[in-house]
Amino acid sequence: MEPTVIYRHSVVTRVLHWLNAVCVLLVLMSGLQIFNAHPRLYWGEYGANTDPAFIDLGGQHAPGQKAFPQWATLPSWQDLAAGRRWHFFFAWVLVFNSTLYLLVSFVNGHVRRDLVPSRVEISPRHLVQDLRNHLRLRFSSRKAPGHYNTLQKLAYLVVIFGLAPMMLITGLTLSPGIDAAAPWLLDLLGGRQSARTLHFLTAMLIVLFIAVHLVMVLLAGPLNELRSMITGRFELPPEKTE
Amino acid sequence: MTSRILTRRQMLLRGSSVLGGLLLAGCDRLTNAPSFRRVLEGAEGLTYRSQRLLLGSGALAREFRESDLSPVFRSNGTSFPDTDLYQRLLEKEFADWRLAVGGLVAKPLNLSLSALRAMPSRTQITRHDCVEGWSAIGKWRGVQLSSVLKLAQVLPHARYVVFHCADSLESDEDTYYESVDLLDAFHPQTLLAYELNGKPLPVQNGAPLRLRVERQLGYKQAKYLIGIDVVAGLGGIRGGKGGFWEDRGYEWYAGI
Repeated sequence: MEPTVIYRHSVVTRVLHWLNAVCVLLVLMSGLQIFNAHPRLYWGEYGANTDPAFIDLGGQHAPGQKAFPQWATLPSWQDLAAGRRWHFFFAWVLVFNSTLYLLVSFVNGHVRRDLVPSRVEISPRHLVQDLRNHLRLRFSSRKAPGHYNTLQKLAYLVVIFGLAPMMLITGLTLSPGIDAAAPWLLDLLGGRQSARTLHFLTAMLIVLFIAVHLVMVLLAGPLNELRSMITGRFELPPEKTE
Repeated sequence: MTSRILTRRQMLLRGSSVLGGLLLAGCDRLTNAPSFRRVLEGAEGLTYRSQRLLLGSGALAREFRESDLSPVFRSNGTSFPDTDLYQRLLEKEFADWRLAVGGLVAKPLNLSLSALRAMPSRTQITRHDCVEGWSAIGKWRGVQLSSVLKLAQVLPHARYVVFHCADSLESDEDTYYESVDLLDAFHPQTLLAYELNGKPLPVQNGAPLRLRVERQLGYKQAKYLIGIDVVAGLGGIRGGKGGFWEDRGYEWYAGI
């Protein structure tokens, strides 16, 4: 029997997905470069070497030893100036990308149709069922083939409307210029050093999301998933007889 | 069947690690390519313009209370200048020290420390943010740069104020310097500070006089000041980028 192929992702979703993937990787790695310049995190408004650290990843006291290794930073050698150049350039690209993504996704119904779970989907019974399906490595629902499952929808919503805005807000609060223009950001986040700590921790949550996302792609059939994000076409799994 | 799936998976993994390696090596090479560097540096103009739009000229950096002060105000960069010039000044406890104000001004000045102390002062408790990521809160007292500039009478085609320092981080000739635009120069919180936390500025924090530009990062806060030049452009000065660290790749606009 010929497999059924459906058109799964719109061209906007696909283009912005890959643009985002590149940008996120670059801001992440240049962010680790910036972090390496002072690998201690504090809580509150101030914090420097003699102040107690909230999280201390060390590395700055032993010469040549860094908190994050060469392969994780951009550029690979220690260069705070270059790291900042990469970071701010691609942070700007991300701002434009994300604005475009949000505008298009609200207008063309992507958010409402594909991302927001229905009331039935977020009922405890359904969520437990969805979790069970995940544990059995069944990701495609027979009732709605090719659609995101509920846990997947929730994960995407948390990233798009939780973690991404958090990265933006905590990042802006690190800027002394923005702090002068919008001092309420300091009150909201508990000070500049708290904002720096939250910026780092939220970035780590995004790394966690990416790791899970990649594992799910591998488990769900990497070639089919990759193809659907490149050409838009997705091959439905064959009907199983039980 | 199983072996085919494994091969496919191995192929994917191997492919992605090769791709990842190429991407990273490519990024390193791009970092060193001057043309690509200029593209990345384009973001600075966008940041500068959008922050100027947001900040206007008046927005003040937050000022804190005495109870918010850092227990220790960290020193960074030079903590004890070893130039002959500075050693001679320090020996006489800055009695011979003068701040030379020149360039595009109608009345060049040569100010002693006591002359600066005799001018009206401003005291502010602000947060100092280092480009490395740490912050420290200190109480500064000094003369508003705007008062000195008004005294010297800035000429109409002036655009920037350049600060010359007595310390050097590398060779003796390569002394520290910095610059700001006139908007920051005339900002009410922009000080020529001679006191930190109620005491004369310690040597490690820039004695006898340092700059405070409160809406920008730490490397703009030039220490060990000896001269101020009002100029129309930064291109012809030293490395041409407007500061010691700017000549080494850092942003001239350090509001981020």
